[in-house]
Amino acid sequence: MSRVGRWVSEHVVMVIALLVLCYMFLPIFFVVLMSFNAPTSRLNYEFQAFTWDNWLNPCAPAGMCESVVKSIEIGFLATVFATILGTLVAFALVRHRFRGRAGTSLLIFLPMATPEVVMGSSLLALFTTAGLAGTLGFWSILVAHIMFCLSFVVVTVKARLAGLDSRFEQAAMDLYANEWQTFWRVTFPLVFPGILAAALLAFSLSFDDFIVTNFNHGNTITFPMFVWGANQRGIPPQVNVIGTVMFAIALLLVLSGGVLQRRRER
Amino acid sequence: MADGRSAGADLTLTGVTKRFGGFAAVDDLDLEVASGQFFALLGPSGCGKTTTLRMVAGLEEPTAGTITIGGDDIGRLKPYKRPVNTVFQNYALFPHLNIFENVAFGLRRRGVKDVKSQVDDMLELVELGGYAKRRPAQLSGGQQQRVALARALINRPQVLLLDEPLGALDLKLRRQMQIELKRIQTEVGITFIHVTHDQEEAMTMADTVAVMNKGVIEQMGAPADLYDNPATTFVSNFLGQSNLVKASILDTHGDALVVDVQGTRIAAPVARARRTDGQVWVGVRPEKVFLGAAGVEEGSYDDNVLPSGTVTDVSFIGVSTQYLVKMPWGQELTVFEQNTGAREQFRVGDKVDLHWVAAHTFLLDADQDAHAGDETYAALSGAPTA
Repeated sequence: MSRVGRWVSEHVVMVIALLVLCYMFLPIFFVVLMSFNAPTSRLNYEFQAFTWDNWLNPCAPAGMCESVVKSIEIGFLATVFATILGTLVAFALVRHRFRGRAGTSLLIFLPMATPEVVMGSSLLALFTTAGLAGTLGFWSILVAHIMFCLSFVVVTVKARLAGLDSRFEQAAMDLYANEWQTFWRVTFPLVFPGILAAALLAFSLSFDDFIVTNFNHGNTITFPMFVWGANQRGIPPQVNVIGTVMFAIALLLVLSGGVLQRRRER
Repeated sequence: MADGRSAGADLTLTGVTKRFGGFAAVDDLDLEVASGQFFALLGPSGCGKTTTLRMVAGLEEPTAGTITIGGDDIGRLKPYKRPVNTVFQNYALFPHLNIFENVAFGLRRRGVKDVKSQVDDMLELVELGGYAKRRPAQLSGGQQQRVALARALINRPQVLLLDEPLGALDLKLRRQMQIELKRIQTEVGITFIHVTHDQEEAMTMADTVAVMNKGVIEQMGAPADLYDNPATTFVSNFLGQSNLVKASILDTHGDALVVDVQGTRIAAPVARARRTDGQVWVGVRPEKVFLGAAGVEEGSYDDNVLPSGTVTDVSFIGVSTQYLVKMPWGQELTVFEQNTGAREQFRVGDKVDLHWVAAHTFLLDADQDAHAGDETYAALSGAPTA
């Protein structure tokens, strides 16, 4: 009994950790599992039989791959614009003292704090008021995505920049680097991990945004819109193939980042 | 010099002032450092020494005054246009670059050729030949310190600025690096300006020490001069320890002053007197004083005798024994006796006389605070150091 008791007390943290991990990964496991399902009906809710078909014909459901491409296009552009603008805002907020700086810092948080569904519907009202109701589509989605990604980029880059010791830049200036060289040789490389993290966050926010997009997409179908639409009739298992691929890419990015970091430290 | 730069140049600060809001961190400072000197700016934290250094580097703009190097006014130039380089406190090595690229940084910015051979030579000089491919985080504190030195020195600046460069190292390594720095300075012949709050470090390494307090230089000179002949109570306490006793000057006899110390007459050289009349602090270093049993003569040390003390504390610290002696007027004086074995050891309660050579006496203005610069006193009483 005492040996068992000791074993439990020594491993209780590990056991809890494993349970929490299971809690987190079980849903992802199901995403992967259902991508190999051969559903007998239109409903892909129960695992019936194993098949490679979904992986061999990922674009079989009409319009799905087009929607994935659309989402990637929007996600890519939104990421580029939000990252550039947000990084500039973060630099201004951390590195410069100006009137309204504290106010700006606060206002940047507002889009994050606003309920997304209200944000989406109000944005539709804004577009309609501006007389753009008939033109909703790719561009209105992009504008909306840049808008809500911006706050996350600013907050992420700001955190990294605030933690950056200004002595590195002073050392660079002391070593004959002018302002431009100091920025590109020292500041940017040191802030880059923050910018990269912000960009990845922006892309993932844009790629799977449903709520805001739902109000402002016009006739353009993004991947989340496709899944939502397909759900009316039964979701094809190929959706899980896309989900699994996205997950695998994200995992690969994280792992290669870790390997790179470790190699650099060696 | 491969790129034609000179080995070192005079640095002159004239009337340099730096205000932060209403506070004068550096107040109308005049300073001249000759080419090739190892110069130390010594003072407690907040005395303005680092601000002075940063103004020379161009990282802080003076509110007033001029700074020249080799006759050229550099006071308003951008940091990257000045012929100075800095070894920063905590080094500020670029974490994203390896050791080679850290050291090569200045050369690359100036578009110098043969970077590789110069960096290799410099890493050899600081004994880090095999570390070129490492990252700063993989090096020990002492190694990082040497990289920071190499990164600055490789540019052959006319003046090298060192901001508490050894502050982050442990005591043993610090002593080792002091010798190392001194060796390198002698080898390259560049003017070094070394900022430190460690008086021992300043005295060991520098040709000239300037003691700073509250934004002004209290005294400047060779370490031995400052130590033996302090100009202010601050210098006497900040540089080593001093016994300061209230006294009044009675008379002058040639090059000596006759001073009344609480009823006892002693002599002091005029050359070491900051006042020649009225109220003074009589100063003598603890290691210059010999303890003798009450009433017993000490031969050649009998110039000055303060009688009738009582030993109140004895600390044996190996090379010496430190005594606290309570004088009849209530003040406790400190005496360090070398443990040569030839001297008598005293115990708490013993009656003793204090003897010292008149030439070791210094006189300071009695208007100054006797505890200025005394960090132990400040720590015990909670009073500010300066």
